[in-house]
Amino acid sequence: MDRSLDANRAALTPPKSGGVAPPPAAVRARRLPAAWQTLGLWLLPLAFLAVFFFLPLGGILRVAAAGLLEQGLSAAGLTRLTRALGFTFYQAGLSTLLTVLVGLPAAYVFARFTFPGKGALRLLSSLPFILPTVVVAAAFNALIGPRGWLNLLAMNLFDLSAPPLNLLNSLPAILLAHIFYNTTIVLRVVGSAWEQLDPRLEQAARVLGASPWRAFREVTLPLLRPSLLAAALLVFLFNFTSFGVILLLGGARYATLEVEIYIQALHLLNLPLAGLLSLVQLLCTLLMTGLYTRITARLNIPLNPRLRGEGASAARTLRQKALVAATALLLFCLLVLPLAALAGRSLARLEPDRGQRGGFQAGLTLDYYRELFINRRGALFYVPPIEAARNSLFYAGVTVAVSLGLGLPASAALSRRAPVNRVFDPLLMLPLGASAVTLGLGFILVFNRPPLEARSFPLLVPLAHSLVALPFVVRTLTPALLSIPHGLRQAAAVLGASPLRVWLEIDLPIIARAALVAAVFSFTISLGEFGATSFLARPEFPTLPVAIFRFISQPGGLNYGQALAMSTLLLAVCALGIALIERIRLPERKE
Amino acid sequence: MLQLDSIHKQYEGKPLLRGVSFEVAAGETVCLLGASGSGKSTLLRIIAGLEDAERGRVLWQGSDLSAAPVHTRQFGLMFQDYALFPHRSVAQNVAFGLRMQGLPPAEIEQRVAEALERVNLAGFARRRVTDLSGGEQQRVALARALAPRPRLLMLDEPLGALDRALREDLGQFLRDVLHHSAIPAVYVTHDQEEAFTIADRLVLLRAGRVEQQGSPQQVYQYPHSAWVARFLGLSNLLPGRVVRRQPLVVDTALGRFRAACGGEPPAAGGVVSLLLRPNGLDFEAGNAQENTFHAQVSDVVFRGEGYRLTLRSGTHSLVFHTAAALPEGWQGRLAVRAEAVWCLAEEDVDE
Repeated sequence: MDRSLDANRAALTPPKSGGVAPPPAAVRARRLPAAWQTLGLWLLPLAFLAVFFFLPLGGILRVAAAGLLEQGLSAAGLTRLTRALGFTFYQAGLSTLLTVLVGLPAAYVFARFTFPGKGALRLLSSLPFILPTVVVAAAFNALIGPRGWLNLLAMNLFDLSAPPLNLLNSLPAILLAHIFYNTTIVLRVVGSAWEQLDPRLEQAARVLGASPWRAFREVTLPLLRPSLLAAALLVFLFNFTSFGVILLLGGARYATLEVEIYIQALHLLNLPLAGLLSLVQLLCTLLMTGLYTRITARLNIPLNPRLRGEGASAARTLRQKALVAATALLLFCLLVLPLAALAGRSLARLEPDRGQRGGFQAGLTLDYYRELFINRRGALFYVPPIEAARNSLFYAGVTVAVSLGLGLPASAALSRRAPVNRVFDPLLMLPLGASAVTLGLGFILVFNRPPLEARSFPLLVPLAHSLVALPFVVRTLTPALLSIPHGLRQAAAVLGASPLRVWLEIDLPIIARAALVAAVFSFTISLGEFGATSFLARPEFPTLPVAIFRFISQPGGLNYGQALAMSTLLLAVCALGIALIERIRLPERKE
Repeated sequence: MLQLDSIHKQYEGKPLLRGVSFEVAAGETVCLLGASGSGKSTLLRIIAGLEDAERGRVLWQGSDLSAAPVHTRQFGLMFQDYALFPHRSVAQNVAFGLRMQGLPPAEIEQRVAEALERVNLAGFARRRVTDLSGGEQQRVALARALAPRPRLLMLDEPLGALDRALREDLGQFLRDVLHHSAIPAVYVTHDQEEAFTIADRLVLLRAGRVEQQGSPQQVYQYPHSAWVARFLGLSNLLPGRVVRRQPLVVDTALGRFRAACGGEPPAAGGVVSLLLRPNGLDFEAGNAQENTFHAQVSDVVFRGEGYRLTLRSGTHSLVFHTAAALPEGWQGRLAVRAEAVWCLAEEDVDE
């Protein structure tokens, strides 16, 4: 038998082509090590964070520390701080409690029952996710404000000359808006966990002799606790950092930390106190985001959407039917009534305008929209509202470009397996923990010199928006990139595609959908952003939310109508955005 | 054409490939055969340039490929799970490599049509790859790999994801395509029957080393070690001790056997394994003392072209393929034909 084929021996003999020289070191070195490539991808996003996030934070720290060291904390300052902190916790806690109380039955109904209009209601419930705070505030103003439908109705019915209900500038108004905003979060987070829960567990408890309430308390509730806790914490966090809603619906009496920072910085020009408040705020939010991350890390996030709706069936008993109907109706009213009131009120003339003769003219009108194009005051700093819309669109465009331009390389880096990601990933998410008002304050503290002077460099506004949008963009793009099987890129490379070509031909087309979702997200975030913008927008270049804020807080039916008209336009754009996102996302779920 | 020179590679700190060398000649199909985890796929990825070897070289017509990036090697690789681009149609998948070569659209269209024709998917050009069955996807992957006319085609367990019936059909089909295309190929599999169908030459990998290579017949007839025999499904192995070298005589628990072996016969007194080939059973034991043994028939299975007899002899169980059957429970002496006894060195255990 021929043993010369034995490879073990063959391996020891030098191969025939052994004379070929090994490639020169320079040729080998041309292939950049993967770790350096990852670092290269991080370069731009990290530089951006350093200049536009950490530098402003440092500025706040410096001003607050200098203020404390030079003057100490005055008794008045301390009072303001503790009062703001106390009220912030109080309103956030109360809002969260009420939101959970509304959201929990809704989550149950969505998880366990099918009913007509469920899909539409679910779609509708995603609307608050991207509605600007100013629009929500305007919507509630149009519903319960002194010029809102409720008061108009009461005045008409009882022939009153003054609005009888004084709901605006009160705690209930704030709470109502917060419930409107955050019920969706409870519905989504708890609802999806509930859907994943095997209904037979509860049935088993029932068979073993537990009453429905007992089965819920002893089986369902403990199993839902992590998701409930996560949802509640997220809601609390959002309520804690709520700014636009409180400023517009609560008024000066109800100063949370956010509002207090705004007042101290922009009205009282007490920057050290504003900085100190910002630090307290930042500390609180970072603690909460850290806690939230820890809870969700343990939470089993459902990955298999096919399970959706498996445990759901039509309501059978009368009590179930009543529950489903009541919950659906409540949700519908909560979500639709304010928005419908807003749109309706922007089209209706129901009171005499001050300064206009001719008295009361009731009826439909497009006047408020027409007025958007007119600079009635003729003042230099008073631009026609439509200019604000133009500014907003321009800023939103820049925000999309910047946040995607930075988010794409960051996501590409995150989708690689590299040790540096463990450090940089949480760094990238930090802006989520800082409130928008803190960002705005940091910007005006640091960028107070040319060329990046807050009052003369208009691009600071979209840069701040990009900072807010970046975590969302990265969180949208990274899973899409990770979902691409590695084999696809390798197959393309073997077929002759260079690394750049692989990116263009494989990665880009596959993540196009996610990129579009991310773009719509950052577009709507920029359109609606109010906290940072209120610090940074120059008087002659207001954005839509800033203009709405100006108009709604001024007397006169015309101003009010214009504010509502602008809010309605913004609402329409955002609704279009969320519809677009849902449309783009849907085919992905099917695959 | 392709030459692997002492390839070493570690996986998570443990040696995976420990000096693998073999060659692929023009037009030849080489099957890399080995258990899962033996480093077969990694070897393919090193050849393709998707991974780097820690030591050793990959040579193409004598020149080292170490510095050549994947996309410049002009090799074709068919992935185990096909890695079809889900966002592109069948035709766009097949056209991909041609576009990378910068061919004019008219020529791409023509060659895509040819490639799809060759894999019997002529009407499928505009279909989405996600709508195809497993067998259809496999053929699209083959067409995509073949269309750019690669210098070398690599196939990583191409039938692994398919069910039994489809595997036999497509195995034969792959064999035809590979023979007609005359492209040198490296085919990775863990299934010996598949390897026998496809291969011009087998390379058996064991624990990161080449255990044996040769034509399928050669390897099957003359395995170098008990491990190779067992891997190829030859299970009639008896431990024994060498009594005489020339001619080679070995004592086992079943009796004394005359055996043949490859190369130098082992020293007298050495421990060896005897392989009794499954087709070597002789019912006529006669009075011979050597190459006979006492056994009881424990199982008889009719297999169409013959029978499979399972014999029990002492603690050993032996399986033979025969033309005629013996009744179950039959006891007596049986013989093994002299050319069916093959002596193997006792394996060195270093896995």
